[in-house]
Amino acid sequence: MFTALSEQLSMWAIPAILLAIPVIGYFRRVNVYEAFVDGATEGFYTAIRIMPFLVAMMVAINIFRASGAMDVGIEYAKPMLVFLGVPPDVVPLAMMRPLSGTGSLGMATELLNTHGPDSMVGRIASTILGSTDTTFYILTVYFGAIGISKPRYSVCVGLLGDMIGCIGSIYICHQLFK
Amino acid sequence: MINLIWLLLLVVGIVYAGVQGRIDVVTQSAINGAEGAVALSLKLIGVMCLWLGMMRIAELAGVLRCFARLLSPLICFLFPSVPKNHPAMGAIIMTLSANMLGMGNAVTPLGIKAMQALQELNPKKDTASDGMCTLLALCTAGFTLIPGTIIAIRSAAGSVNPTEIVGPTLMVSFMATITVILADRICRIIYNVRMRR
Repeated sequence: MFTALSEQLSMWAIPAILLAIPVIGYFRRVNVYEAFVDGATEGFYTAIRIMPFLVAMMVAINIFRASGAMDVGIEYAKPMLVFLGVPPDVVPLAMMRPLSGTGSLGMATELLNTHGPDSMVGRIASTILGSTDTTFYILTVYFGAIGISKPRYSVCVGLLGDMIGCIGSIYICHQLFK
Repeated sequence: MINLIWLLLLVVGIVYAGVQGRIDVVTQSAINGAEGAVALSLKLIGVMCLWLGMMRIAELAGVLRCFARLLSPLICFLFPSVPKNHPAMGAIIMTLSANMLGMGNAVTPLGIKAMQALQELNPKKDTASDGMCTLLALCTAGFTLIPGTIIAIRSAAGSVNPTEIVGPTLMVSFMATITVILADRICRIIYNVRMRR
């Protein structure tokens, strides 16, 4: 019941918005077509402006991932994390989450397939994926688009959010699914 | 901070690959990364045009102003540096609502739009303002009501109950969002005190 409802809701949300905005605009005497093109032009230039920032970030993240340095870091951190009650299989996902959206989605899919989506690991992986976001991507794109090079404390705050998301996912899943 | 993280990713990656005798992966992954970034930006052009076009219509029709008026108490509390009735307010609301509805690729264009509006209020154009830090914190905490992608990959993996993680996800997102708002406030105060000295 809830599955069907949430599926329907996510299916209808975007078409509904795409219908509502132009119709409301038309009745409010907006030149809808011209306004759309005007906004889209702005979107085009913004997307181009982001490109160098994304290149810088993705090159660094890609090299770091491919070198295998991350796997070693995880190996070292593992005993401590297991001691804290973190399932070792979830650790790479938690570390990948702020760096790469597609990378962490791929890792989560793999975890779901090997452990089963209804296992504890599967549930924790799903919750981590749902309750955190790709901090570095958002930082790069949002600040890149407006030319901010000094993000001040926002990197720390973003990473703190990811950390709480991971710890919270593990804790709450252990509490809810026994 | 971001300079250091970027440098660290590069240096650790290259040196480690060199020590392990796998220096060849560095070149390939660097090129792949650069090409992937361009492919991603090109893909972004389409959705950016679509959503910023829609946003312009909504803006001219007064839909954004209407939303902004409805939710202004909340936004004023979260973003005290944004004056009432400033266009940034509507853009922030749209970003946060798209985020909550899990609208995926619609969030990025709206978020950038909100950042641009905040940039107009920013006295130092290369430094993130208080409002920008708060918006970024809220977006990275990723408060989502319907995590559509995860429900999809769970049912693809053959879950008996793919939506059972919606409850825990909401609780954790809520926790993370509260933490991030608090941390943002504390950092802001510390930073501004240090600046004044």
